[in-house]
Amino acid sequence: MTGLEAQGLTYSYGAKQALDDVSFSVASGVFCALLGPNGAGKSTLFNLLTRLFVAPDGRITVAGHDLRAAPRAALAELGIVFQQTTLDLDLSVQQNLSYFAALHGLSGRSARQRIDAALDQLDMRERAGEKARALNGGHRRRTEIARALLHDPSVLLLDEPTVGLDAAARASITDYAHALADQGKTILWATHLTDEVRPDDDLIILHRARILGTGTARDIAGDMSLQDRFLLLTGQAA
Amino acid sequence: MTAYLTSLRAIVLREALRFVHQRERFIAALVRPLVWLLVFAAGFRAALGLSIIPPYQTYITYETYIVPGLCGMILLFNGMQSSLSLVYDREMGSMKLLLTSPLPRGWLLFCKLLGSTAISILQVYAFLAIAALFDITMPAPGYVTVLPALIVAGLMLGALGLLLSSLIKQLENFAGVMNFVIFPMFFLSSALYPLWKMAESSELLHDICALNPFTHAVELIRFALYVELNPMALLWTLLATSVFAGAALIGYDPARTRIGRRG
Repeated sequence: MTGLEAQGLTYSYGAKQALDDVSFSVASGVFCALLGPNGAGKSTLFNLLTRLFVAPDGRITVAGHDLRAAPRAALAELGIVFQQTTLDLDLSVQQNLSYFAALHGLSGRSARQRIDAALDQLDMRERAGEKARALNGGHRRRTEIARALLHDPSVLLLDEPTVGLDAAARASITDYAHALADQGKTILWATHLTDEVRPDDDLIILHRARILGTGTARDIAGDMSLQDRFLLLTGQAA
Repeated sequence: MTAYLTSLRAIVLREALRFVHQRERFIAALVRPLVWLLVFAAGFRAALGLSIIPPYQTYITYETYIVPGLCGMILLFNGMQSSLSLVYDREMGSMKLLLTSPLPRGWLLFCKLLGSTAISILQVYAFLAIAALFDITMPAPGYVTVLPALIVAGLMLGALGLLLSSLIKQLENFAGVMNFVIFPMFFLSSALYPLWKMAESSELLHDICALNPFTHAVELIRFALYVELNPMALLWTLLATSVFAGAALIGYDPARTRIGRRG
């Protein structure tokens, strides 16, 4: 089954082409890395996948739901971690999660149980009462991931979730996202860092609005390191 | 249906919490009309003779005259303030959270609008209470009958704020809103002077004031404070609300919007 599928996405800001006929699919329960240098079009792609924008052409399906024809069913299957933090810094971790749960129609005991479970999964339970402002970058990210999982989505989109984190927090969050894929979630992980991609991961390389290659990271890397292959493909080799 | 009510409660509660966290905003929102009422109006009282016009049945002091206008001013500034916070939310990314919820976008924006209107109305009542302490009072039932008028006027100005937030690309452009929306709307209205006074100096200005939806919002509040309904003002205010809200919905339509473009 397909977790996430995009066909023929094209988008431009005036004369500047941000995405040019982008198509890919990510199978259910797979960790797929979307690798691209800064400015490749990753964030635009995320905006389309999350329906912040609607592309004039092309089609997106999330867990089988067409984002254009059935946006509500598709969005309900989507968990999103935006690149920029979207926590309300003046609210506690718990309040941030409750607010989000309510935006998905969850309240009362079922919301509380889900919040506790999500915080437990990310080892954030003891920080539930802390204000988001008091958390470090790693903990803020964990809170956002916990939040993105509250409504039990089948597809999780993460837009450069490790930006600004130290090595330990980065590794831990990358490991966690891989574990989620093993549990059956479809993961699309945008990054420009090749060390976050494992050989068995699916990989999409996006550069200058176009897809340069798709396949497993091992196949794309071939006889060189993924880093070298990526730099070669994107013409940034030293 | 419960999902709708759950989201409504959460969004209104969040607006309220945010407001509680910004005590300066509350104080500023109260001080502004009070300065007008207690300083400006006192100075103007002598200069401005007011005749008896509906809904007033006796001669009134200038302070009494401008109370409804100042209620409108609180709603106006709050509408713009919530617009500012929407633009801020968008720059900070938390607007994305709202807009990617599976509930219909129109509903979510309406919840936002309702939340900010509720907070505006609390401030209007706080202002009316302080005015009463200074002996500027309305008929007692007027404090109840003004509530629906405040809701309608608040929704209209909130919808205008929503519309502006969809048009303003960056926070820095917000100063323009002050100059080109708040001030003209406030001064070209019946908030500070009755329209017949305006007609004495300029017919054109009078006509502009008569078209300004803020004038009608103020008149709606003025009549409601005296337990009267001004059907024309109600009609105009409702009409303006639907135009602003409709345009805001188009502005937030994902097929047109630029929201998230910077993220």
